[in-house]
Amino acid sequence: MPNKDTIVDVPTVNKIARLCRLDIPEVNKESLTKDLNNILGFVAQLDEVDTSNVEPLASVTGHKLPLRSDDVNDGNIEDLVLKNAPESSSGFFVVPKVIE
Amino acid sequence: MSELLDLNLVEASEALKNKKISSLELTKAYLKSIGDTSSLGAYLEIVENKAINMAKESDKKLIDGTARPLEGIPIGIKDMFCTKDIKTTASSKILENFIPTYESTVTQNLWNDGAVILGKLSCDEFAMGSSNETAAKGNVINPWLKNKKMSPGGSSGGSAAAVAARSALAATGTDTGGSIRQPAAFCGITGLKPTYGRCSRWGIVAFSSSLDQAGPLTRTVSDAALMLNSMAGYDQKDSTSANLKMPDLMDYLDKGIKGKKIGIPKEYTQDGISEDIVNFYEKSIDWLKDEGAEIIPVSLPHTKYALPAYYIIAPAEASSNLARYDGVRYGARHEASSLDEMYELTRGNGFGDEVKRRIMIGTYVLSSGYYDAYYLKAQKVRRLIKEDFENVYKKVDYILTPSTPTTSFELGKKQDPLTMYLNDVFTVPASLAGLPGISLPVGLDKSGLPIGIQLIANSFDEPGLISIARVLEMCAGFNFIADGAAK
Repeated sequence: MPNKDTIVDVPTVNKIARLCRLDIPEVNKESLTKDLNNILGFVAQLDEVDTSNVEPLASVTGHKLPLRSDDVNDGNIEDLVLKNAPESSSGFFVVPKVIE
Repeated sequence: MSELLDLNLVEASEALKNKKISSLELTKAYLKSIGDTSSLGAYLEIVENKAINMAKESDKKLIDGTARPLEGIPIGIKDMFCTKDIKTTASSKILENFIPTYESTVTQNLWNDGAVILGKLSCDEFAMGSSNETAAKGNVINPWLKNKKMSPGGSSGGSAAAVAARSALAATGTDTGGSIRQPAAFCGITGLKPTYGRCSRWGIVAFSSSLDQAGPLTRTVSDAALMLNSMAGYDQKDSTSANLKMPDLMDYLDKGIKGKKIGIPKEYTQDGISEDIVNFYEKSIDWLKDEGAEIIPVSLPHTKYALPAYYIIAPAEASSNLARYDGVRYGARHEASSLDEMYELTRGNGFGDEVKRRIMIGTYVLSSGYYDAYYLKAQKVRRLIKEDFENVYKKVDYILTPSTPTTSFELGKKQDPLTMYLNDVFTVPASLAGLPGISLPVGLDKSGLPIGIQLIANSFDEPGLISIARVLEMCAGFNFIADGAAK
């Protein structure tokens, strides 16, 4: 992890916002960049910890993810699936045109 | 009215079963109290008709002798739990009109056991916050020191405020880094976060899936035991649900503490912790000692790194979980001419500032070139934190810590995000290790605000946790009622 005061700058913030599809108004970008640098500076403390022989821990359960048999146990609920859609038509979700 | 509100969950349940009161009158008393305390803003949605109907159903069962464990008990539900046909917003603008077509497993378990729903309780947006100030519809007010407008804590701020204000007999919460225990401490009530896997996550709005866990917020330890009895249980629909039967927690209330070893971690008395909290922490240690516990100083050396690890792991998982809010299948949509622009505007307008910050941090730490340095590093530190607890549990049975470094603070005092994160410094380590923890009120500080003490048990030892918490509760004898509570 970089240990500088400025870990991310505005162009980097633009890039991250693009990756997670978040519209950030221009006026908010500087304060957001400052907040992100504060947080990233804080988490950089982890550099002090020697983790050279440590395996990452993704789950505390200790059990393997169980498999179930591939049975149909649900279905015929098209109207429920579409019920909260902002726009739907003929059993489909509708999005803005993607092909010219 | 007041006599009905004076009963805690266990007492109300007995009175219902002995037919001294009816669920209808109890439920009506709580509906009235919701109205009387509405200025606190704890409820986002009140379902009066449904509550009345459920109460009437319960009264039938109480009369014909088929009463279930929580029969006729009116409770509030944190707005993170999907409730069929009842608006579920996670306190976010992006879900402001979302009406689930299914019921979460935990709430279904509660209804199956006879509980009555009063309504949905406010929280921080997507449970991201420690003051309830990130809620789209505004903060909840702590019923303590009502003239000062104190924070109820977060993220389960509405749940904690409602129980403390007596506008719900009990409430559900979710805890990712302290979201049950910290608001319980701020509002002078009991909050229990079970072992990760005890309660199904199915139908709970996802924040950080390797940490999220549901639990009860109640007036007493026995009330928490009764609620968790119903909430917990294996669920095939949650792949991380533990296939372990939990014993009836009510059998463990009076097991006592004699011969039990209580660990006191030296890392939990840091700079910045309030003097009143230190005093009550020391008192709590003495109480448990007097009751026959053996007090053993222990060390959890990686405690300092829990918060930084958490603020990588939780935002990383959140950024992935919240990718689903794209304006296509459910939730708000911001119209635009292209698909990408629609995504960006929908998410930019629908999420609040704290949620956006966490999505940004999460996206950054998972992005190409940074994944190993941040995300994998944090997961490695998470293992070290878990191992710290495993080592300590070779020597002791339970760990005692303060719940929070300070008592509640005034709302509206603009704090930077990092200062806010420090609220969870004592609750996050147990979350990362997946361990069960309970916060209970032990006294008031000089300004009259409640102080919470936390007990942490080993995995799946909720029965033991309840026994020890009950001893501490009796020693503390906390019987204060918030000045903003319904009378």
